[in-house]
Amino acid sequence: MLITVLGEWGLNKVVGIMLIAAICSFASLAYIETLRRTEDKLMVATTTSLYDTGLLDVIADRYRAKYGTNLYFIPLGSGQSLEHAKRGDADAVLVHSPSLENQFLQENAGGARKIIAYNFFAIVGPGDDPTNIENLSPLAALQRIAQVKATWVSRGDNSGTHMKEKNLWQEAGFDPTELRNDWYLESSSGMGRTLSIANEQRAYTLADMGTYLKFHRNNLIDLEVLVSQGKELLNVYSVMAVNPSAHPYLNFNDAVRFIEFLVSSEGQNIIDEFGRSEFGRPLFYPAVELLRENTDPQLVSWIRDYAFFENSECPPRYRLGQEELYE
Amino acid sequence: MSELLEIVIISLWISGTALLLSLLWSIPIALTLGLRRFRGRGTLISFFNAMLGIPTVALGLILYLILSRGGPLGILGLLYTPTAIIIGQAILITPIIVSLLTSAIEAVDPEIMNLARTLGASERQASLAVLGEARKGGILAGVAAFNRAVSELGIALMLGGGIAGWTRVMSTEIQRATGAGEFLLSIQLAAVLLTIVFALTFLMNLLRRD
Repeated sequence: MLITVLGEWGLNKVVGIMLIAAICSFASLAYIETLRRTEDKLMVATTTSLYDTGLLDVIADRYRAKYGTNLYFIPLGSGQSLEHAKRGDADAVLVHSPSLENQFLQENAGGARKIIAYNFFAIVGPGDDPTNIENLSPLAALQRIAQVKATWVSRGDNSGTHMKEKNLWQEAGFDPTELRNDWYLESSSGMGRTLSIANEQRAYTLADMGTYLKFHRNNLIDLEVLVSQGKELLNVYSVMAVNPSAHPYLNFNDAVRFIEFLVSSEGQNIIDEFGRSEFGRPLFYPAVELLRENTDPQLVSWIRDYAFFENSECPPRYRLGQEELYE
Repeated sequence: MSELLEIVIISLWISGTALLLSLLWSIPIALTLGLRRFRGRGTLISFFNAMLGIPTVALGLILYLILSRGGPLGILGLLYTPTAIIIGQAILITPIIVSLLTSAIEAVDPEIMNLARTLGASERQASLAVLGEARKGGILAGVAAFNRAVSELGIALMLGGGIAGWTRVMSTEIQRATGAGEFLLSIQLAAVLLTIVFALTFLMNLLRRD
């Protein structure tokens, strides 16, 4: 009697639990896997400065409406995005670090590069500006900060903004690897968190305009823009397809279509309009027409100096056969 | 569907699947460890106890390197899919289920198994009898494991990537929204997450009281 009861309890409950667990988990996994195989999608590794402003959500919606393809953006920062792409974990990259992009092209990890947008970085700091850097040139401002040892928060995460910051320190005559000390802090985190840290510490930092405006407008920080003029602060965003020859399963055709969409007048208009109603000014400026028509020669020459390689946004040998992008 | 609801549903779905998947191997392991005596059993139990505190970022990194296209299982293309998070979380919670269930089984009066045997139960029937006695421990193991899975960040972030509508779960979205200054969404999600964890714990206490 006892045995029967125990045995039945076991069969009904334990084996039952295992069976339900097996059926449910396999059904769930099968569902995900079917979705995954059938869904049209494009993986794009990207920089947090684009992602956190919400621009990419707008682009994803419009792109899905037009082509039925889901854009999956993975926010990693420029350095990490390019590393992921080299491993074949993304179909395209959307980044803002010309020196790293050049290296990426030279390693043949990707190509078909197009410059899509630009804006300017800003050196931001406490509103009362205790170090008096306001309206100095960017390099002079950094020199003054280092001289009086005013607290500086560095991203320290190999993002595009961090690369820019390191270049600026170098041009100002400092070795960024030797700077880390009691007044030079490394946050090792994204732009938003870095701004929060700078805000708490009454410190200075280099910020991309998009994230800064979003935080400032929502009263999350009371840091002010102190230096925002100068060629050195130029910030250029570009898109590249990952080279499918190393990773044949990559969705190269969709990556090219995504690039075409971004440089089309529709894509450029999305960039131009984004943020106008919310922030009263655009966060990013479209670059395609500017470069093609040379409407602002000084600005174009800055972009060429900063973000062109061998006098081209993408030297012919890295175009992956997509010559029509450069006509 | 609202953004918040979608994230909560994806979260529960992913972590629920991870729990069920993990049970498939965790229950047999716990039964073996709890009922049989063999060489290396103590070492195995210590191993699972040690794994209880495994940092999710370390596990996430290891699995990232394995699942990445450049890694040994890259050909499956699982990185940045819900499946990758499910696998990671299922591995993460295995030590929790195994350890809690093993000690619950061990805590059962050994006389029950002997009694069942002397009454003619087969080895399997006797094992199941013990597991029946250990069901309170089992409920605790399941709830603790699910709570750990649904709350962890490292694996979901590194293996899922936080893709909207696909691998964006509560923990990754709290992290992202906080970094992006969207505190309202962060706070809402944190409240939902805490409610789920507390509600499950409360429910578990009710179930165990009988």
